[in-house]
Amino acid sequence: MTCTEFLALLDDLIDDSVTPETRAQLQEHLRGCEHCEVTLNTTRKTIEIYRSHEIYDLPPGLRERLHAAIMARCKKGC
Amino acid sequence: MSRPLQVQHRTVPRFGPARRRPLHSSIQTCCEPNSRPKGIPQPTAMSTIQLIAGENEPHPDVALVERVRGGDVLAYDTLVRKYDRQIFRIAQHITQNREDAEDVMQDAFLKAYEKIDQFQGNSKFYTWLVRIAVNESLMRLRKRRTGKMVSIDEDIETDEGSVPRDLADWAPDPEQNYGQAELAEILRKTIQGLPQGFRIVFVLRDVEGLSTEETAETLGLSIPAVKSRLLRARLQLRERLSRYFRRKRGGEK
Repeated sequence: MTCTEFLALLDDLIDDSVTPETRAQLQEHLRGCEHCEVTLNTTRKTIEIYRSHEIYDLPPGLRERLHAAIMARCKKGC
Repeated sequence: MSRPLQVQHRTVPRFGPARRRPLHSSIQTCCEPNSRPKGIPQPTAMSTIQLIAGENEPHPDVALVERVRGGDVLAYDTLVRKYDRQIFRIAQHITQNREDAEDVMQDAFLKAYEKIDQFQGNSKFYTWLVRIAVNESLMRLRKRRTGKMVSIDEDIETDEGSVPRDLADWAPDPEQNYGQAELAEILRKTIQGLPQGFRIVFVLRDVEGLSTEETAETLGLSIPAVKSRLLRARLQLRERLSRYFRRKRGGEK
């Protein structure tokens, strides 16, 4: 397996949607390729960091304004 | 090479919104009724029972939607509080503008409320809501650019990041080297630099937890297109974050 072939399957590996046979081939490639190992680990970390940190806070008061708008709409329509 | 492999066991869960910790604790104070961690549904009498019942049971939102259709506006309030953070985030990621994101969130929830009879129930309520929010966001961008067409396809011809160049390994737990506000700024700046068509796919798929199929349906893309954009988005983000997170050589800060 070449690095290009490895990269093409990187997402499937990260998302755990590879067959056991393909997984074995990917692992075999990783054993001899430090670059791909770094790419795999840091890509995983990238996703994890974005999943685990809130970068856009809900502005204060927005929820209440939305609630009021929905209630107002409801009185008209229901 | 004898280094241990880290291939398995750390897959990213793909369904349901991600649980994350806020970078600014102050936001928690504005929303007492929903201060539980994200991703854990609000326990209403119905949803608690149905959550335990397993995957083949109807999604807990189904009962809430039924109540809304029956005129129960408080049931809609429950749905709003369950998903308002996610919808706001998606709108902010697309419009990159806080005022626009606020308007989009409000418009999306009002539109969903008005059109709730059109919700078919063959997709999840959340996915349906996300689709409305994505469309509202793109419309808002269009308006801001005075009618210029805006689509999720723009700016994606770049090949940057398709092949990893920065192959330096990262420091262990590299985010620990930054304060919370600084880290948030780095993450915002980095993702804002992605082409729109990559950013939306990454946000829906990896941040908000939609499946590949749901992302494709929401954006009107084919599954191969979603997969290709996701890979490039992930690799480009990784490449850009390496600037901040790479392991420093001895002596350097």
